[in-house]
Amino acid sequence: MKMKLSNEDISSVRVRQIERISGEDVRKCYQCGNCSGGCPVSFEMEIPPSQVVRFLQLGRVDEVMAANSMWVCVGCLQCYSRCPKGVSVAAMLEALRQTVLRKGEDFEKIKDLPYPFLKKAPQQALVCGFRKFVS
Amino acid sequence: MKIPYYPGCTLNTVAKHFDASARDAAVSMGFEMEELAQWNCCGATFPLTPDNLIGLTAPAKVLSNARKAGDTLTTLCSVCYNVLKRTNKVMKDSKEKRAVVNGFIEEEYDGSLNIIHYLEVLRDRVGFVKVKEAVKRPLKGVKAGCYYGCMLLRPFEDIGIDNAERPTVFEDLLRALGAEVVDFPNKIECCGAHLAMNNEDVVVRLSGNVMTSAVGMGAELIVTSCPLCQYNLEKSQPKVSERTAGYAGVPIAYFTQILGLALGQPVEGLGFEKNATDIMPLLQKKGIV
Repeated sequence: MKMKLSNEDISSVRVRQIERISGEDVRKCYQCGNCSGGCPVSFEMEIPPSQVVRFLQLGRVDEVMAANSMWVCVGCLQCYSRCPKGVSVAAMLEALRQTVLRKGEDFEKIKDLPYPFLKKAPQQALVCGFRKFVS
Repeated sequence: MKIPYYPGCTLNTVAKHFDASARDAAVSMGFEMEELAQWNCCGATFPLTPDNLIGLTAPAKVLSNARKAGDTLTTLCSVCYNVLKRTNKVMKDSKEKRAVVNGFIEEEYDGSLNIIHYLEVLRDRVGFVKVKEAVKRPLKGVKAGCYYGCMLLRPFEDIGIDNAERPTVFEDLLRALGAEVVDFPNKIECCGAHLAMNNEDVVVRLSGNVMTSAVGMGAELIVTSCPLCQYNLEKSQPKVSERTAGYAGVPIAYFTQILGLALGQPVEGLGFEKNATDIMPLLQKKGIV
């Protein structure tokens, strides 16, 4: 993939916003890939965890926002647990989700969830799911 | 010995057998799980973004109420344990966040509770040696795979119940109960968690990896400590059996049910009929019931 990088993008306020919400410094990551290797759902992500951080390092927020990665992350913290630099990609992905949800945009519509699931699922799945997917 | 106990939403509804079997086993072991007089949902997920203080108010309220009942709080559900323990740490370590959260919930909670999991009560307060002595129905010959999942272990510096990569607390308990423990590679991997809401394929794949890796290492039973793990494994079982050649399913039960069984409690009171998988053929085959 060919892309044009600019200093403006790299130091953009959008990346700083993700850093502020997540409490993480994207520049701490040195791209070892442990997070993508340990992530149980990276096979489902359009951009795996280590590459999400790389895109953010390069200021390419649009690519990351357009990918499904943030909605697929289960927050199991395997990435953080195995990161030699103590970076939490899970926190960055949550920050990305939060930038959407805090605008009042829902990823899931509660009314569209199937009734049998609502009836049988453990409460913790519902509460957790609503907090991850609904504003 | 009475220990203040927070059941959480799921143990009060769809996982009542997890709650009941734990309370009964506690009585057999000489302590009592005393449910908090007042409690609310913990929020079911610890906010991963540190600026999200509103997510800390529900668990902080639980902690504040619990502190009025004593200096210790025990839980069973891995997620409640994770959320309460991490929130407690924030309330203890951060003066600024403590002030904001306390102001919001109108309490003066200082993070001085000791949050312990039921497994820690058995390991550190009762002791597995005593658990072993109390066993009346040893699980001889049962090959059990202990499934930890995520929330019981991670992040290590906040939770610290055991080594985050190679935990043994679960296995030590099962060994004390007389079972033969099977180690398997996916025991600390995710079951798919809340993706049960909108991505069944991923849940089936992740839960399937857990079950097939355990069975592949010889497990005849999978033991869990989290109602969402239990649900995801149980729900995925038919599809995993369909998709995996040579895999015929495996019984899945809460560790407290297995504990109660080993402690000699009546089998009909352990709630095995509420599990989606049938453990009875295995127990009959091993001559346990």
